[in-house]
Amino acid sequence: MRSFSYSRPTTFDEACRNAEHTRFLAGGTNLIDLMKSDVERPTHVIDIGSLPMRDIADRPDGGLRLGALVTNADTAAHPLVIDRYPLLASAILAGASPQIRNMATNGGNLNQRTRCHYFYDPAMACNKRSPDTGCAARGGRNRIMAVLGTSDACIATFPSDMCIALAALNATVNLHGPDGGRTVGVRDYHRLPGDMPWRDNILQPGEIVTSIDLPPAPFGPHHTYLKIRDRLSFAFAIVSVAVGLHMEDGRIACGSIALGGVGTKPWCVPEAEALLDGRPPSHSLFRDVAERLLHGAVADRDNAAKIRLAPRVIERALWQAAAGTPQSQTDKTIR
Amino acid sequence: MTRESVAVPCRLQINGQDYSADLPPSVTLLDLLRERLDLTGTKKGCDHGQCGACTVLVDGKRVKSCLILAVSIPDSVVTTIEGIAQDGRLHPMQQAFIDADAFQCGYCTPGQIMSAIALLEEGHIHSRAEIREFMSGNLCRCGAYNGIINAIEQVVSRQHRNQAGEAA
Ligand SMILES: Cc1cc2nc3c(=O)[nH]c(=O)nc-3n(C[C@H](O)[C@H](O)[C@H](O)COP(=O)(O)OP(=O)(O)OC[C@H]3O[C@@H](n4cnc5c(N)ncnc54)[C@H](O)[C@@H]3O)c2cc1C
Ligand code: SF4
Ligand code: FES
Ligand code: FES
Repeated sequence: MRSFSYSRPTTFDEACRNAEHTRFLAGGTNLIDLMKSDVERPTHVIDIGSLPMRDIADRPDGGLRLGALVTNADTAAHPLVIDRYPLLASAILAGASPQIRNMATNGGNLNQRTRCHYFYDPAMACNKRSPDTGCAARGGRNRIMAVLGTSDACIATFPSDMCIALAALNATVNLHGPDGGRTVGVRDYHRLPGDMPWRDNILQPGEIVTSIDLPPAPFGPHHTYLKIRDRLSFAFAIVSVAVGLHMEDGRIACGSIALGGVGTKPWCVPEAEALLDGRPPSHSLFRDVAERLLHGAVADRDNAAKIRLAPRVIERALWQAAAGTPQSQTDKTIR
Repeated sequence: MTRESVAVPCRLQINGQDYSADLPPSVTLLDLLRERLDLTGTKKGCDHGQCGACTVLVDGKRVKSCLILAVSIPDSVVTTIEGIAQDGRLHPMQQAFIDADAFQCGYCTPGQIMSAIALLEEGHIHSRAEIREFMSGNLCRCGAYNGIINAIEQVVSRQHRNQAGEAA
């Protein structure tokens, strides 16, 4: 690791400094990893661990506010999360390992970077790591790369599990920056790569994620996080689906779906979700929804399988949610 | 460009002993333990969070010490494999690993044991499947997994017997 200077401020005003070559440190599971690989090269690290963002609290609307520094493990184990947002707890438990979840924070999860192998290797061309140097993944070994939301400049997958559930839950992200605070929907937080893949999201220099708000989610047992990967544990998603359905008398009043593993950001298609409104579950309906979600998917050399796999995972997840039999993250049983 | 980084105060309690020094901020907890304190029981496998060989407890929770800057956990209580035996007696989990033949080369073992101790504390021990899932952050290249799960189950069932004995 290159050397750097370090500070641990206790106020937002001290922390929200818009300085070049500076990175915020939370759990460190992504930043320290990337610094060791010489991908991230900050000359100054601002440890945000002393900022007051460690609470999970009720919201007046019946929702929940998750502090940015609460660990992924504590979030998934929180009684209010288990009770009201089991979809979120499930997605968190589907990711990483117990040790990493004990370190990883909610703010860090939102801001984690891609696992593209070429991004991790400074000897390879990568527009995301070094602007305008090319993309070694295009035409390369790219079976883990994205098929939705890609651009000529970058086809990297956004790797988070937690954020896929946050997108299905229509969470909002609260930010604090040098010019004050603002709130952004989580579906608008991550960016498509376009011709600026080095910008993963809308965070401005000096801005900090302070918390994530979850609106009330009337899904009861009708949710699931279904994650397909190369091995049953401790692997990133090839395809994952977060679903929540609001069921009324055997019909779907409305539903929410987000895809992971296939997109350059958590993938949501409101028109696909609208197809569910007022309809009873059926094979043809779920096939239509899956088709609409995958609309415009483009494969590169090795990742066409994702385009065939994803609709099946979506349909399976919709049936799990409709039946109220979510995927188990302990023994992975598909009920 | 190499920059001299300014040393930062680091205060920890490690295996019951107070530690304080000024450290370059780039020193990981793993390198502090191994390179500066001679606590080489904690192993460096991948150095990237992927293998679990470096697992220690920080404030009672299992973490990967290779991805933690030592200066970033001020006043924390750190427990390593060297800190779990009491009065010369092995920790029950250490003894169970020996009894169940839960290792071959032994390189992953300190991390496995620290992880397993935390697993019991967390209570993710209701089934063999649950134990396997919640030990997935610790890889064993010798493939001693069955022995490892057997060792953990031994400690779990001994605990249950002891609790039943106390209740009777
Ligand atoms: C071996 C391994 C396996 C993994 N497997 C999975 C998996 O299967 N699924 C999955 O979803 N994830 C997985 N992860 C990724 C893990 O979830 C992330 O690394 C973690 O969530 C990042 O959180 P952190 O607090 O450690 O972030 P840090 O590493 O501290 O920070 C990451 C980035 O976010 C920025 N940041 C952090 N907090 C804030 C904030 N409050 N405001 C603004 N910026 C901030 C930092 O500046 C940095 O750029 C894995 C990681 C590892 C190492
Ligand atoms: S896909 Fe994106 S992250 Fe991967 S090499 Fe290309 S530009 Fe870099
Ligand atoms: S050495 Fe830390 S996880 Fe491998
Ligand atoms: S015993 Fe050799 S790596 Fe586990």
